[in-house]
Amino acid sequence: MTALLSLRDVEVTFGPVRAVAGVSLDVPEGPYGVGVVGESGSGKTTLGRAVLRLVRPAAGVVAFAGRDVARLRGRELKSFRGDAQIVFQDPGGTLDPRMRVGAALGEALRVHDVVPRAQVGARIDALLEEVGLEPAHTSRFPHQLSGGQRQRVAIARGLAVEPRLLVLDEPTSALDVTVQARILALFERLRDERRLAYLLISHNLAVVERLCDETVVLYLGRIVEQGRTEEVLARPAHPYTHALRSAVPELDLASRRQRVVVSGPPPDPADPPPGCVFHPRCPLAADVCRTDVPPLREVAPGRLAACHFAEEVLAEDFVALSH
Amino acid sequence: MKLAIRDLEIGFGDRRVVELAELDVAAGEIVGLVGESGSGKSITALAVLGLAEAAGARVTGSIELDGRELIGAPPSQLREIRGSRIAMIFQHPVSAFNPVFRVGEIFLRALRLHGASRAKAVERARSALAEVLLPYELLNRYPHQLSGGQAQRVAVALAVALRAEVLIADEATSALDVTVQAEIVELLARLRELEGIAILFISHDLAVVGQLCDRVAVMREGRIVETGRTERVLHAPQDPYTRELIAAVPRITAGRTA
Repeated sequence: MTALLSLRDVEVTFGPVRAVAGVSLDVPEGPYGVGVVGESGSGKTTLGRAVLRLVRPAAGVVAFAGRDVARLRGRELKSFRGDAQIVFQDPGGTLDPRMRVGAALGEALRVHDVVPRAQVGARIDALLEEVGLEPAHTSRFPHQLSGGQRQRVAIARGLAVEPRLLVLDEPTSALDVTVQARILALFERLRDERRLAYLLISHNLAVVERLCDETVVLYLGRIVEQGRTEEVLARPAHPYTHALRSAVPELDLASRRQRVVVSGPPPDPADPPPGCVFHPRCPLAADVCRTDVPPLREVAPGRLAACHFAEEVLAEDFVALSH
Repeated sequence: MKLAIRDLEIGFGDRRVVELAELDVAAGEIVGLVGESGSGKSITALAVLGLAEAAGARVTGSIELDGRELIGAPPSQLREIRGSRIAMIFQHPVSAFNPVFRVGEIFLRALRLHGASRAKAVERARSALAEVLLPYELLNRYPHQLSGGQAQRVAVALAVALRAEVLIADEATSALDVTVQAEIVELLARLRELEGIAILFISHDLAVVGQLCDRVAVMREGRIVETGRTERVLHAPQDPYTRELIAAVPRITAGRTA
């Protein structure tokens, strides 16, 4: 099976900083979701941009439907720009403030010749309905909409060109929690109805769990763990995933966990530590971690982790192990 | 009561945005004020600091600090209280500091403004930084050279150094990564233990409030719709809006035994 999106050893550098330091992953045809989680500076946003050719990788290959995205020109590039769309955290910043909703959607439809001109109006109404808005919203300006409504418009504009892949970059982080819940339900429905593939970039593990079959954990531009979402979250194989998971505040008393404490801030990405990049903060760090880079390897069926002690982490009670 | 708010009304022009009947924070207590955008949380915080009028609001009712009325108090008195007795930390701590001063200067200026001698100020800055577990060398840094978590610790240390009795935290952990957020939550809990400070913790994040706060007040459209012990409000909410808020929080279900 060819993946819809395939990254091989992708590197993105900004001066001395390797923001993405050799990432390989596949996103199959939808309906399917791959979540990329990590904290500020982990490289997750840059990774999303590299996928869409908004930044150029210094090395490695981004392939969409088997074609190297960096080599696309002319009509092929335009077709890729329709196939892969992005939805950002701040919908207000991505909509032209002088453009009414109808005009913004109409432009997308016309540029990509999605429907004959005569049908543009009807298609705009259909798109608005699909994302839970009304035909009356066509005449509104972005500032006349709420944050949730603006995000719905941004989603409708992404959908207008009939994409196969949506890169979602923190799509609900700026929204109030009740609005977030409705937008998440919308993403779920669209994924299944339109058979969309999602590359969801988020710091929120619960949001990733809701939309993604697979989860990739990024730390300092490197994948440290990857696997089926429910397995990664239930039994992390990497100490960093553990720390991330246990730091999430839980609303329900029964699911509160003992926190795995990581010490200090993340390292300077311009000057990453030798060996395992997580070792200065890792409660399990041993001598080997300070010298040898742990390769990303299969540590259980379908589960990859870059940790010298992944088997122990998986097998034992990690909290006990780290104290 | 350390901080007592009664019949607080805040309006802009003809619009009344806050109608808060009653909210208390005792010394050594952490009270959560939760709600969504536009619920009136932040303007309430500004009113406690005597800054709401400067934002163009009309404020009536009563806000008492140790029984002393703040509403209508002369500006000189409010200036004295603000920063030293009532401190505030924000969502974006870096932008709350003057960018041209090193952290050390920020401490000195604030402490000397509130009457400490230079020697006393240095000593207090040193011990406050130790209390929030920051290295002393940080005093030589500029605000932009701090990480988000460090900057928030510096803001908390400033409140400690000034011997604040009330700390208002407005979305103080919302912009932080979860591992850093957890550290700041622990820090605030420790501060309450060590200093007996009264904390009004304003947040949209019910889960963080659940971890940190003794009591919680849920705000909607300027009114408190439900208030009580945190455990009770989060696990047996009475008000439909509280229920809706709680139900909307996305939860991780993987690995649950139940």
